[in-house]
Amino acid sequence: MATVAADRLFGKSIKRREDPRFITGRGQYVDDLKLLGMTYAAFVRSPHAHARIRKIDISAATRHPGVVAVFTGKDMTGVNSLPCGWDLRKEKKVPGVMQDLAIVPHMPLTSDAARHVGDPVAVVIADSHEAAVDAAEKVQVDWEPLPAVTITDKAAAPGAPKLHDGAPGNVAFKWEIGDRAATDAAFKGAAVTVKKRIVNQRLVANAMEPRACVARYEDATGDLTLWVTSQNPHVHRLLMCAFVLGIPEHKVRVIAPDVGGGFGSKIFLYNEEVVCSWISRRLKRPVRWTASRREAYLTDAHGRDHVTDAEIALTRDGKILGLRVKTTANLGAYLSTFAPAVPTFLYGTLLNGVYAIPAIHCEVTGVFSNTTAVDAYRGAGRPEACYVLERIVEAGARAAGMDVADLRKKNFIPKFSGAFQTQVAVVYDSGDYGAAWDRMLQMLDYRKFRAEQEAARKQGRLLGIGFSAYIEACSIAPSKLVGALGAGAGLYESGKVRVHPTGMVTVFTGSHSHGQGHETTFAQIVADKLGIPIEQVDIVHGDTGSVAFGMGTYGSRSASVGGTAILMSLNKVIEKGKKIAAHLLEASPGDIDFSGGEFRVKGAPGKSVPFGAVSLTAYVPHNYPEGLEPGLEETSFYDPSNFCFPFGAHACVVEVDRDTGNIKILRYLAVDDVGNVINPMIVDGMVHGGIAQGVGQALWEGAVYDGQSGQLVTGSLMDYALPKADMLPMYETDRTVTPTPVNPMGIKGAGETGTIAATPAVVNAVVDALAPLGVDHIEAMPLTAERVWKIIQGAKSAR
Amino acid sequence: MKLPVKMTINGQSYSHEVEPRLLLVHYIRETVGLTGTHVGCDTSQCGACTILMDGQAVKSCTFFAVQTDGANIMTIEGLAKDGELHPIQQGFWEKHGLQCGFCTPGMIMSVYQMLERYPKPSEELIRHQLEGNLCRCTGYHNIVKAIEWAAEHMPAKK
Repeated sequence: MATVAADRLFGKSIKRREDPRFITGRGQYVDDLKLLGMTYAAFVRSPHAHARIRKIDISAATRHPGVVAVFTGKDMTGVNSLPCGWDLRKEKKVPGVMQDLAIVPHMPLTSDAARHVGDPVAVVIADSHEAAVDAAEKVQVDWEPLPAVTITDKAAAPGAPKLHDGAPGNVAFKWEIGDRAATDAAFKGAAVTVKKRIVNQRLVANAMEPRACVARYEDATGDLTLWVTSQNPHVHRLLMCAFVLGIPEHKVRVIAPDVGGGFGSKIFLYNEEVVCSWISRRLKRPVRWTASRREAYLTDAHGRDHVTDAEIALTRDGKILGLRVKTTANLGAYLSTFAPAVPTFLYGTLLNGVYAIPAIHCEVTGVFSNTTAVDAYRGAGRPEACYVLERIVEAGARAAGMDVADLRKKNFIPKFSGAFQTQVAVVYDSGDYGAAWDRMLQMLDYRKFRAEQEAARKQGRLLGIGFSAYIEACSIAPSKLVGALGAGAGLYESGKVRVHPTGMVTVFTGSHSHGQGHETTFAQIVADKLGIPIEQVDIVHGDTGSVAFGMGTYGSRSASVGGTAILMSLNKVIEKGKKIAAHLLEASPGDIDFSGGEFRVKGAPGKSVPFGAVSLTAYVPHNYPEGLEPGLEETSFYDPSNFCFPFGAHACVVEVDRDTGNIKILRYLAVDDVGNVINPMIVDGMVHGGIAQGVGQALWEGAVYDGQSGQLVTGSLMDYALPKADMLPMYETDRTVTPTPVNPMGIKGAGETGTIAATPAVVNAVVDALAPLGVDHIEAMPLTAERVWKIIQGAKSAR
Repeated sequence: MKLPVKMTINGQSYSHEVEPRLLLVHYIRETVGLTGTHVGCDTSQCGACTILMDGQAVKSCTFFAVQTDGANIMTIEGLAKDGELHPIQQGFWEKHGLQCGFCTPGMIMSVYQMLERYPKPSEELIRHQLEGNLCRCTGYHNIVKAIEWAAEHMPAKK
């Protein structure tokens, strides 16, 4: 398919159209909603990491002034487990993959046992938030504390406390991809092999807006409306109706209004929104719940948490021969909505990176532990894959005695467009990895930096540089393919274009914006295509009551999948418009061109009719083509033929204080290739934010559980180090442009690049800085000053 | 037990009877109904609830409403005058200093005082002054640019 020419707004950094309401305090977030007769929910949560529930006494809570009702899990008869939307069971055979998944129940209010701190066991509904919270403290739970396990590589150890009857040994799944025999053979003959343990610690997404929901049941009509902080309201509705509550989908409307960030954590169906919906139907009153930040830490799905042993095999002159990866992924206490996909199909399939690697084998064990469930967090699996690969490639370069930049360049897959078959199932769409890499080195002035580093080292300064050459799978994805891999859902997107009689346009998209700026970028596509001012275009999203259907926003899929669905509908509108125009101009539809908002007869200057006249005719069809339906409104569903694979090259320059272990980022450079770009300003913003999260993981962030008590000791913003303004540098960014042949606009996706690339670049830089001390590897993050200081002391004493 | 509280918010006076434990931020959001001021945490870290109280940028979660009896408060809703955006608001718009918009009202109110104190702040000073306001979307790069833009476009002090 041809690429759309950048004729007007496509490619321009126009200011965001959604901003005026946000900068004046008029955004409408879920917690801003107040309804007549509204009640407030407060959840009673487990203070224990693992405990059997002997008895719950709600009597005192029920008597508390203002309390409307108190419910426990036993009251929720007929309500099912929260579903796991990705099936890796053995029976689900996938060619080239070995797998087996234990599916365990995850009840909205647990009634047998609590399996992590924060597991909800009861809920109090009251006339005020204060009354609900006060009464929740009066719910008496008779706990029988049980031994708990939180640590990833101990969760499936013999004798570890068992979480679920259905998951012997706490093993959730075993999964394998790649060619074991070929990989073994590659390692046997290799001149250089390196093996490292690489730990990717657990993170918390920390969207600034805590999760919230308001459920309103209308008894007169039987309609339920749920306002919820969701990245995918239709998915919320489908999962809640069909799997958990068994209520009619067409009588449920889910609205995700302004949502204050998601980063993956607002994809999933959570206990609280299901419980509030169920209660609203039961009490016939609206129910509101908003998470405190502490609740967010305990219950928002966490991210990452892998322990990996990675090995790379190389020739003496630095050609990669093979990669062997063995990972344990901590899934937490339950299977979150898409949890099994993240450390498997979004991880193992990305281990080929941007390199020509002849043999790869990867095995992953998913384990249950007494921790909050783990699911997709920005990047989801791809940052973990990139981290493993980019760390082990640098370790391999050091072992082979080669420059880390030279070794990468030597192994890049050569430029291609159309298809590159990896060793791990997926087929890349287009790539020019050397171009992004060279641009980054040029911005950096790499040789000059190495000279400066040499001079600095002579003065005893610890200066380091780290790289990462990343790839990611975006634009998720072909339904047929993900279905074969275990997805319970299709992964298309819908886009409806409604042209009003006056030529104004409302677009209904299944994508959801929670910071991405769709009201701007999608309108740019529409204004260009229809040749109308952008002011005549409105973008509607986040409401199952008006949007046809939607799979939502994650996996950098909005522009490439959601945008393409809109483009398809625009094409249909123009095709129909040509028929109407042909009739008005007394020409044949085949002779009509459409550009600049005018339908024209080819080769007949002056014979034209504007878009607005055609739209009016469509609704006032007095003089109208025979047999053509009135109206001008088209809907399309776009299901891509493949993923898109953005890529790029990042570099980080750091200086480590050898006395304190403190790290200062001196430069951060990013050259990304996300295909064609609708709005460069918005894409740059995405890159910046992603880098901040990736740097955050490398240097400060980490969810820490106490190994004894199973308490989340980083359970607030006081304890979990979210990056602040004075911890980060300005970012130096640029792009190369390699359009994807997968979709007509050539867009690959830009939401996660920074999160994927930044973490290994920063850690590699610190390893490089510490190299003069004899450090050649760092196993764990974050690289807090304390950890780095200890590494420096250890390196000194080893000498 | 409820106590009377009276204050001026964005030029309008309000009086209510409130529980002594009611936080100012909840008074502003739930009682008065101005929802532009946000709650992002429960430990006074995030800064999403920042307002101006008698000219000082404060986190409205750190006060009980009854403590602020008689105060003159400005929230994000009171910043634009007659539909005219304040240069700080304009700067955030021009320089793409926001994505999801949730931290933005608190950021802007915090910057209001920053620029009163330091009309021409350096990048380093801006970053230091922003310590009390968290953003998870932007990586702060464009927030710094937005504040620099605002500093350049602030009307000269009379």
